[in-house]
Amino acid sequence: MRDLTEAFVELIRLTSTDLSPDVEQTLVAAREREAAGSAARGAMDAILENVALSRRNSTPICQDTGTPIFYVRYPEGWSARKLREQIRAAVAAATKKSYLRPNAVDALTEKNSGNNLGDEAFPTIHFEEVEGDELVVDLLLKGGGCENVGAQYSLPLRQRDFDAGRDLKGVRKVVLDAVQKAQGQGCAPGILGVAIGGDRGSSYYASKEVLFRKMDEASPDPLLAGLEKQLTGEANQLGIGPMGFGGQTTVLATKMTGMHRLPASFFVSVSYMCWAHRRRRMTVHGRSASAPSGGEEVAYHA
Amino acid sequence: MRKLTLPFTDDAIRELKVGDPILLSGVMVTGRDAVHKWMIETFVKKARVPQGDDLAVYEAIKPLLSGSAIYHCGPVVAGLDTKDYRFVAAGPTTSIREEPYQGDVMRHFKIKGVIGKGGMGPKTLAACQEVPGAYLHAIGGAASLIAQTVTKVIGVYKLDFGVPEAMWVIEVKDFPAVVTMDAHGGSLHAEVEAKSKAALEKLLAA
Repeated sequence: MRDLTEAFVELIRLTSTDLSPDVEQTLVAAREREAAGSAARGAMDAILENVALSRRNSTPICQDTGTPIFYVRYPEGWSARKLREQIRAAVAAATKKSYLRPNAVDALTEKNSGNNLGDEAFPTIHFEEVEGDELVVDLLLKGGGCENVGAQYSLPLRQRDFDAGRDLKGVRKVVLDAVQKAQGQGCAPGILGVAIGGDRGSSYYASKEVLFRKMDEASPDPLLAGLEKQLTGEANQLGIGPMGFGGQTTVLATKMTGMHRLPASFFVSVSYMCWAHRRRRMTVHGRSASAPSGGEEVAYHA
Repeated sequence: MRKLTLPFTDDAIRELKVGDPILLSGVMVTGRDAVHKWMIETFVKKARVPQGDDLAVYEAIKPLLSGSAIYHCGPVVAGLDTKDYRFVAAGPTTSIREEPYQGDVMRHFKIKGVIGKGGMGPKTLAACQEVPGAYLHAIGGAASLIAQTVTKVIGVYKLDFGVPEAMWVIEVKDFPAVVTMDAHGGSLHAEVEAKSKAALEKLLAA
């Protein structure tokens, strides 16, 4: 098996420093919607200037490079154990190169490991064996500020000011509630990943996985696709705006998925992703690999 | 855009109003979760006996913080091996986590500027009126851009807290921020929260 450590370092560098063009385009459109001279417009100007600067200088878009979350889909013949070793080596190397901030803190001793290597879940690596001959590795860097404003609801729910039942109407209510509670603290304008169903663990997992969809990619389920659009529109009526300064754009996009659930449980999990939506994909075909670069997938030979 | 020099005078702080964009120059200190907990437990509430270099660090940071600003930031720093430190990425972290501590930390150290993102609550707003002080909102995620305004890393304290949690003493030039809580009780965050709550109620009633 080939050593992909260097390719993984490059995947991390691109994810941390070079925002995907589809995300950047939605930020450009959001800037246009804010009034000239407003604090919201000023925030969007700084955000876009920072995106360009980070790409040019290969420096992290945001200093909180988050939890590195990898999804590895590998065909038969690859060793998950070796891939894990290589990913962990790449994470430590990328930290040394300042593409990542040392973020792994032992919750009991308070000690920061200094190289982003913690327990089995830090970095988080999901493995799945797939058919075909293509190895696909997705990486998401999700910071703590937006992770902290994520929310999970168990329906039915009776709140002081609203009731949410076990249907899409109830889902709509709790998602809007989560956005209002988040205010600007998750670095608005954000992207919402929403999973309906599952158990507490699988539901949160799925709410992160939908964040890999392209910004203009709607749910394949027409009901959910409609709700995604509606929720983005309604979230923007809340007026929270970029950074919570007040303004037109609070949410850039909503991504939803449905899951199976137990008869007794109806969870709605909301993962809030900050505007710095850092996610990239690397593909390896047989002997050659293609790593993403400058927004395009270009041939990469390992 | 108003240019301000650190440390602040009381008059300069009182002139600031919610919504004012500003550019800061001078020396500030980073401090976030671990630092605020350490300050409160060891020096404000004195619930914990100073250990190791605690007292020496306390004496060193007091004059740096007095009248100046604390920046809620966990930077990416290059040059850790050679101690030739350089800020690579240095945007703000979410401030609300320091809400239980911030007001008392401001009073104790006479801190006049709190820099972060997302805003803070009533306890900090009350301290802004007393000290006086202001909450200065930096742009979350604009880490490369803000790092360019850090002209010099003067030193670091409590590096054993980890790179993101240490107290980095930095010199900045034209560090951009927006006043979102002022010394007169104004808070953009309270205002946006109330308006968005009313909008949410309207949406959910429909």
